[in-house]
Amino acid sequence: MQISGAEIVVRCLQEEAVEFVFGYPGGAVLEIYDAIFKQQQFKHVLVRHEQAAVHAADAYSRSSQRVGVALVTSGPGATNAVTGIATAYMDSIPMVVISGQVSTPAIGLDAFQEVDMVGITRPCVKHNFLIKDVKDIAPTIKKAFYIASSGRPGPVVVDIPKDITQQLTEFNYPESVSIRSYVPVAKGHPGQIRKAVSLLLGARRPYVYIGGGAVQGNASEEVRELVRMLGLPCTNTLMGLGAFPGTDPQCLGMLGMHGTYEANMAMQNCDVLIAVGARFDDRVISVPSHFLSQPKKIIHIDVDPSSIAKRVKVDVPIVGDVKLVLRDILDLLRQNEQRPDPAALASWWRKIEEWRSHNSLLYTPSDELIKPQSVVQALFKVTGGDAIVTSDVGQHQMWAAQYYPFNEPRRWINSGGLGTMGFGLPAAMGAQLANPDAVVACVTGEASIQMNIQELSTCKQYHIPVKIINLNNRYLGMVRQWQEFFYGNRYSESYMDALPDFVKLAEAYGHVGIRVDKPADVEPALREAFALKDRLVFLDVITDQSENVFPMVQNGKGLDQMDLPPHMRDIQQVPFENNRDYGNMC
Amino acid sequence: MRHILSIILENEAGALSRVVGLFSARAYNIDSLTVSTTEDPTLSRMTIVTHGSEDVIEQITKQLNKLIEVVKVIDLNESEHIEREMMLIKVRATGKDREEMKRMADIFRGRVIDVTEKTYTIELTGTSEKLNAFIEAIDRAVILETVRTGASGIGRGERVLKI
Repeated sequence: MQISGAEIVVRCLQEEAVEFVFGYPGGAVLEIYDAIFKQQQFKHVLVRHEQAAVHAADAYSRSSQRVGVALVTSGPGATNAVTGIATAYMDSIPMVVISGQVSTPAIGLDAFQEVDMVGITRPCVKHNFLIKDVKDIAPTIKKAFYIASSGRPGPVVVDIPKDITQQLTEFNYPESVSIRSYVPVAKGHPGQIRKAVSLLLGARRPYVYIGGGAVQGNASEEVRELVRMLGLPCTNTLMGLGAFPGTDPQCLGMLGMHGTYEANMAMQNCDVLIAVGARFDDRVISVPSHFLSQPKKIIHIDVDPSSIAKRVKVDVPIVGDVKLVLRDILDLLRQNEQRPDPAALASWWRKIEEWRSHNSLLYTPSDELIKPQSVVQALFKVTGGDAIVTSDVGQHQMWAAQYYPFNEPRRWINSGGLGTMGFGLPAAMGAQLANPDAVVACVTGEASIQMNIQELSTCKQYHIPVKIINLNNRYLGMVRQWQEFFYGNRYSESYMDALPDFVKLAEAYGHVGIRVDKPADVEPALREAFALKDRLVFLDVITDQSENVFPMVQNGKGLDQMDLPPHMRDIQQVPFENNRDYGNMC
Repeated sequence: MRHILSIILENEAGALSRVVGLFSARAYNIDSLTVSTTEDPTLSRMTIVTHGSEDVIEQITKQLNKLIEVVKVIDLNESEHIEREMMLIKVRATGKDREEMKRMADIFRGRVIDVTEKTYTIELTGTSEKLNAFIEAIDRAVILETVRTGASGIGRGERVLKI
């Protein structure tokens, strides 16, 4: 039987067992929406802006390990989706975005709502397709799901002209897919794995550096086993939080620009480093030449060969699925009775404990002003450390990452690579729909939340009971912090005047709003909010405007040249030589 | 250092723009690029001449391999190879220049493929250096137009790049 291209699109999504499609209708996708109307198998979530559809699909994927799906119309629908696609691309999130396109005879004629979607998204997708024949819809969507979810995952765009969705053909969904030019590596090279094991066993100051690849590659269990088997110190990157439990003493916390003192000092001073699904980016190691100025041997496991030796030359590159590579490493370690020199390791741990004893995340509490860090700590307490936390971008994001120790992967959902403000709320929607029984909190700021605040309406329509914790300091906090540090306190355009009354705003959208402006009220307000299990609660928390994020590694400085919080200012760090290297920095 | 990369990729719409977009997005250099279909009409073969440090060339190769439509990439510099480029050059050929241009074309084993009273169009094939040498050897003032294809490269001997 022949069915329309639009019906084929819907059947393909059903074949892929898609649960939710996040989208927004429009002219070029009307046929597809009509086909969606006639089916019951998956649910469509109508957002209020296409960017939010893509973020929601993205977070659905991050929190569920499944491929997220978004559907947008041509032209502005497609361009609105681009920020979401780029966000997913930078964080390697498997996603399929279907965009409508003007009919094939109109392509290239500057038709109404026409945009070259394949051209616009080319640099920020893993791959994209423009379908030109109705017979290609099923095989292309099959390929799109396969490409998105295999190897190093990423978003795939499928652009479908309207006339193609109207044409008829037989529907056959391919059982399997093979692409001669795309064969992701799975198993690591055995010789390299043996080298890695011998380096690890000979280490005197070993360190495990765990990135987002360990989360996306579902290698959390293997990472834990490795760290515990050898008694190693480890650190999670911003994208890797939760891969190794944040409350475990073997974890030194997050590293990087706003990493803990001990995590950064260990990174700089280790002698053997094993990087697991991490990419040595500028926000983590800062200046490569300074990072390598203390000699160290580096083992780098990554599914993407181009991540290896991109910023830092490594000694033992291992290309492969991190989970499978770690399993092979663990097998070899189990067969081998040798362990890293216990005396050397003990002395390394003593050094680490000395660094840790400074408590670099200490801040001065206040009875008058609400310290933003204390709000995150209270959130941890009230949720028992068990929530899925999404965030936007800025100071609040760093405080959430620093003060909410994640003990499981896929609980911390943030835009680490692209740094997209406006990510938090739609991400919370996607995470809540993927995990209806989970407690989902969105830690945000008064600037970020306004970049996708219209989604409060979507939350109302679908009864999405996320809790929004708005750390409201009336500033673009991170911009203000940089202006304070580097631009002589000239707060150029970083002050948010004319803020809305967020409580009334939440109420106008049909939700519960609570304003908190006293430190003593923070925890009770959080308890009240989380007790309202079936309601979205918007907590507008008025925080100390002057608070900064510490420690901080400035651009161009090394990991052992941190700006430390006031109580640590007398610590002697490595002097700052003028080794600014702005290549790859921003 | 100058490198010649040979790439086999799917002969699909948009594949070329992915390669070119990659070079511009990551600030790599393209000195020349040639592309055409192969004996297998589903595949195209591309030769890119680029330059950069060994680290940059390694990244270029890896990033190219990452493109879904790229089937194979080799750096021809890694072993013996041959490269050829063709140039069509139109020169003024009047008075004593007319004889001189013909002589120069012969020395460089070029062929005059179009003639008017005032011009010659010369076809010249060889390495890029040879074409440069020809341009250097003649009087700049007589050059009216040059068109170069960019280098195509192939491995020497029995070594083949095939899928």
